[in-house]
Amino acid sequence: MKLLAVQQLTKSYSGGKAAVNDVSFELDKGECLGLVGESGCGKSTLARCLLRIESIDSGSIRFKGEAIERHTERQLYPYRKQMQIVFQNPSAALNPKLKIKDSLIDPYEQYRKELKPAHFSYTSKTAFVKQLLEAVELPEDLANRYPHELSGGQKQRVTIARAISIEPELIVLDEPTASLDVLSQGAVLDLLTELQRTLGLSYLFISHDLAAVQKMSQRIIVMKEGKLVDQFSREQLRAEERHSYTKELISIF
Amino acid sequence: MRCFSMQLPKGKKHNWQGAAAVLTLAAVLAGTLYAFFYLRHDPTLTNMSGRLQGMSLKHPLGTDHLGRDVLTRLFLGGQQTIGSSFLALLAALAIGIPSGLIAGFKRGWVDRVFMRIADGFLAFPDTIVAIVLSGLLGPGIGNLVLAIVMVKWVSYARLVRSTVLSESQKEYVLIARINGLSARKIMCKHLFPHIAGNVLVLASLDLGKIILLISSLSYIGLGAQPPTPEWGAMLNDARPYFQSMPALMIYPGLAIVLVVLLANMLGDYLYDRFDVKRRGSHDFIR
Repeated sequence: MKLLAVQQLTKSYSGGKAAVNDVSFELDKGECLGLVGESGCGKSTLARCLLRIESIDSGSIRFKGEAIERHTERQLYPYRKQMQIVFQNPSAALNPKLKIKDSLIDPYEQYRKELKPAHFSYTSKTAFVKQLLEAVELPEDLANRYPHELSGGQKQRVTIARAISIEPELIVLDEPTASLDVLSQGAVLDLLTELQRTLGLSYLFISHDLAAVQKMSQRIIVMKEGKLVDQFSREQLRAEERHSYTKELISIF
Repeated sequence: MRCFSMQLPKGKKHNWQGAAAVLTLAAVLAGTLYAFFYLRHDPTLTNMSGRLQGMSLKHPLGTDHLGRDVLTRLFLGGQQTIGSSFLALLAALAIGIPSGLIAGFKRGWVDRVFMRIADGFLAFPDTIVAIVLSGLLGPGIGNLVLAIVMVKWVSYARLVRSTVLSESQKEYVLIARINGLSARKIMCKHLFPHIAGNVLVLASLDLGKIILLISSLSYIGLGAQPPTPEWGAMLNDARPYFQSMPALMIYPGLAIVLVVLLANMLGDYLYDRFDVKRRGSHDFIR
């Protein structure tokens, strides 16, 4: 059974043309699926639809075989703790008035009753936060700092730590390195690969950076103007039968 | 549950001002409390043979036109004026903050209904509402407080609402929603810290205005009723004796000026302290 199976997903904003148009793809457990496309092609909208932050017009989203596209917020609750998202801009994703430890603990405090953690054990809040910060290679004394005292790369590590704190099945990475400098980008990508291995995570890795996607993902899908135009495994990236748009993207990088 | 945390930077510039304001305000309050617990004179006891006396050991600030001790009445008047101002302020906060939070967070029809109600209240100036309420319910400090609450809660609700509206757009609120946090938890943990500073500043600036309003409405007879001591009412009582005993008007007048000044100093000080730009915590806005 596929972890995530999307069938003919369509979403349009009021009055406009479809932001996501008839998109179908599947994601295996433990896999990293890369999603490439230029800005405004509907990548982020797709991510938001998958997490059901946006409503969809038609199509189906199956998570572990169950169709969740029409679930109410209450019905979604058990699925929420298995899906997390990391956004592009870590500064907006952390509450500037909360200490790092208070932001970090949010998902765990919410789902603690339903969780069976395998990698992080909760003895006290301090110890738990320390484990999380260790997992993303941050010094533990950051726990008592505020977001504005951290660098962009550190903040993004914190949001990653928050996403893995409840050991989800799937993490949607919505351009997680786009707002970071080149050095931090590489380090964050390495960290994500490492976490995927140790925690057995599955990723939907969204990016416009083909090099990063190629490094991270086993399979890659390409979106253009809301439509899925190409789908292939990493090895076939430079194969002859690639879609002309994919070739165009390759030539840019 | 720990509901919010505030972070204070180590600013030095206005420390003395804030400290002075807080200390003096505390001293005034302590004085009124002292007068309440260790009354040397009955504030309402009239003594027609000892009226309009000057300073003496027995009556440090003399006596008024009915022979009552001025110092005792001044302290108790402060208790009445400042106390009812605080009461009005707290009630306005208690109504304004939750309604602003809910309207800004829920949006949609809740917000539209709230905005119409707020606009309705905003259409009436505070003095007019106070006069109308006194006409309807009879004059008295309670009705005065009610009138002030009716007018003042709107400004807090609108301030809170606008802050919540802009903060709710940020991704951290979206993530909190994805993480299943209830609306109440998001408001308490994530949004309340953003409004606490602004509200505190507005409240301390408002305190001075409310004190002035209560005093001036008591002066024209809509607030505290005789024989209750109140600064505005004391001013009114002393008015006919302005030429023979000007001190009777000067004491409550000075008291009002002092307390309003202190409240404004406190507001200025808090404004500097919570000024977002100086704190530099909103680095993604710059």
